[in-house]
Amino acid sequence: MSNSKQQLAEALRAALGENIESVEVAYNEVTLEVSAEQLLEVAARLRDDAQFQFQQLVDLCGVDYSQFGRDEWLTEEASRGGFSRGVEDNVSSGRLQFGDELDSLAVPGKRFAAVYHLLSYANNQRLRVRVFAADDDFPVIPTVTGIWRSADWYEREAFDLFGILFSDHPDLRRILTDYGFVGHPFRKDFPLVGHVEMRYDPERERVVYEPVSIEPRVLVPRVKRTDNRYLIDEPDTPDEAASDA
Amino acid sequence: MPEIKNYTLNFGPQHPAAHGVLRLVLEMDGEVIERADPHIGLLHRGTEKLAETKPYNQTIGYMDRLDYVSMMCNEHGYVMAIEKLLGIEIPLRAQYIRVMFDEITRIMNHLMWIGTHALDVGAMTMFLYAFREREDLMDMYEAVSGARMHATYYRPGGVARDLPDRMPQYLESRWRSKKDADRLNENRQGSLLDFVEDFTRRFPGYVDEYETLLTDNRIWKQRTVGIGVVSEERAYQLGFTGPMLRGSGVEWDIRKKQPYEVYDRMDFDIPVGTNGDCYDRYLVRMEEMRQSNGIIRQCIDWLRANPGLVLTDNHKVAPPRREELKADMEGLIHHFKLFTEGYTLPEGEVYTSIEHPKGEFGVYLISDGANKPYRVKVRAPGFAHLSSMNEMAQGHMLADVVAIIGTQDIVFGEIDR
Repeated sequence: MSNSKQQLAEALRAALGENIESVEVAYNEVTLEVSAEQLLEVAARLRDDAQFQFQQLVDLCGVDYSQFGRDEWLTEEASRGGFSRGVEDNVSSGRLQFGDELDSLAVPGKRFAAVYHLLSYANNQRLRVRVFAADDDFPVIPTVTGIWRSADWYEREAFDLFGILFSDHPDLRRILTDYGFVGHPFRKDFPLVGHVEMRYDPERERVVYEPVSIEPRVLVPRVKRTDNRYLIDEPDTPDEAASDA
Repeated sequence: MPEIKNYTLNFGPQHPAAHGVLRLVLEMDGEVIERADPHIGLLHRGTEKLAETKPYNQTIGYMDRLDYVSMMCNEHGYVMAIEKLLGIEIPLRAQYIRVMFDEITRIMNHLMWIGTHALDVGAMTMFLYAFREREDLMDMYEAVSGARMHATYYRPGGVARDLPDRMPQYLESRWRSKKDADRLNENRQGSLLDFVEDFTRRFPGYVDEYETLLTDNRIWKQRTVGIGVVSEERAYQLGFTGPMLRGSGVEWDIRKKQPYEVYDRMDFDIPVGTNGDCYDRYLVRMEEMRQSNGIIRQCIDWLRANPGLVLTDNHKVAPPRREELKADMEGLIHHFKLFTEGYTLPEGEVYTSIEHPKGEFGVYLISDGANKPYRVKVRAPGFAHLSSMNEMAQGHMLADVVAIIGTQDIVFGEIDR
């Protein structure tokens, strides 16, 4: 079964060699990375090429990699250095307060990505495609609505939540957040408690927005354990029985 | 002769046929839809962002609240993602319990769908019938998890606890006479499995009742046949999955094509439509209920014969039993670490999908090696279905929009997330 994934990866390398950046197989899933410039060409090939036939875009989502790998709890050094194990400062969106800034850990050009999940009904194959937006401050990725119609709302969602702009999208409006919302709430530097709260003001007889009054509250710190205590098995073991075909 | 112009009509967000909080902006030419623009997000709670700030297990409860009429299936997609990253095997009995409850959930979801869909279209009785059976299914949820809806029953490594040996019974009270309580308790004398089995014996008869009411009903057919037709090609393009895709004639079911848990041991058929209209999707879902009933029966037989573990004994992921916790030092440590810090997942990303009653429910999980997910994306089937509203409703009458909302089986918990 994982063999078919390897075959797909090989076929992708052979067919799209110079257009793509990398192909990986992990956890019995194939991930293709492609640059924003090459996206449309690769996507069209993936849909129309007889050996791929990815007819459907199952899912599209934005990812903000700016805090990838950051933790809030010392695990290795703490026993030597004593308490406290807690890491200082605001380090996750759950702890951010109104007006706090957060620095990005991501390599420039690797902050925002759009991740596409494709499904081929003809070949019973799945594929993940990741596209990084080259500019962190103004992330732009071409739209794939011309190739898969279902991308329409997914791209609107990624735009709304992450501020990724999909060029040539027919109708790039906000979709999930409120009318007149400011900011992109799923970015890692957007506080979990938000920026504004809303209430009805009986004196002015209308709804008013004010800075949030609630305090951020995180009960469990973000802990990373690099030791293998928590790894039950080699994570990359192809799981023949339980995984998909 | 007055000049007739296009006008815009607001449908919802507070409309009984809008299935929650759908605001539909309709551009009308007389009574014909020119353009439909659904405005969603009125129920957006940021589930995925919340998940990023909590240890893995604390998010299971949020999953119930996504599609709040098929709770356990949502949990299933999420815990499967965690299990895939951890690479753990779950006990066989837990897999059977999951399959059984997935199918119970499917019936529950389809009952909700047929009830509201028929109610919107004008068949009031269906709603009452469907909710009568749904009550029994909720009682199964309650017996196994303590909650009628938001069960939090599936856990990474299995399920929270084994099926109870005794089905909870109704008590006599000021509001319920002894006679009523006895009547309600008639099929609750044995274990949960006995109760479920009794239900599976009764249920095909109930589906016949629904079909008598609807399948050849002239009004029902007038309202659904030829409404919201989607071709196979468009169904792929629009991201349709589940019954919506099968209604358009595609024989595709993740339970068959990419089987998870023990679906490969189950004997069932995939119903497929031919015309891709509301009526075909209705037929597909009706047959799915019958098939689910059959799967539940197969699970009952196996579960009766095979007692065993229902939660993995790997205590890095699943908490130890109460006795172990009290008597064993290691058990205490495991318990403490699990409930204060949780477990960490190896760095990586997975996408798991299950055949949810509404379609393909997927969870895309990115871990950076911490005890909290880096990013969780829930792929809700209803989101893709609702996005096709414009295409499906164009050229239809205003009243057909209600039938299309019904056939899409819209639930806002999962669409807005």
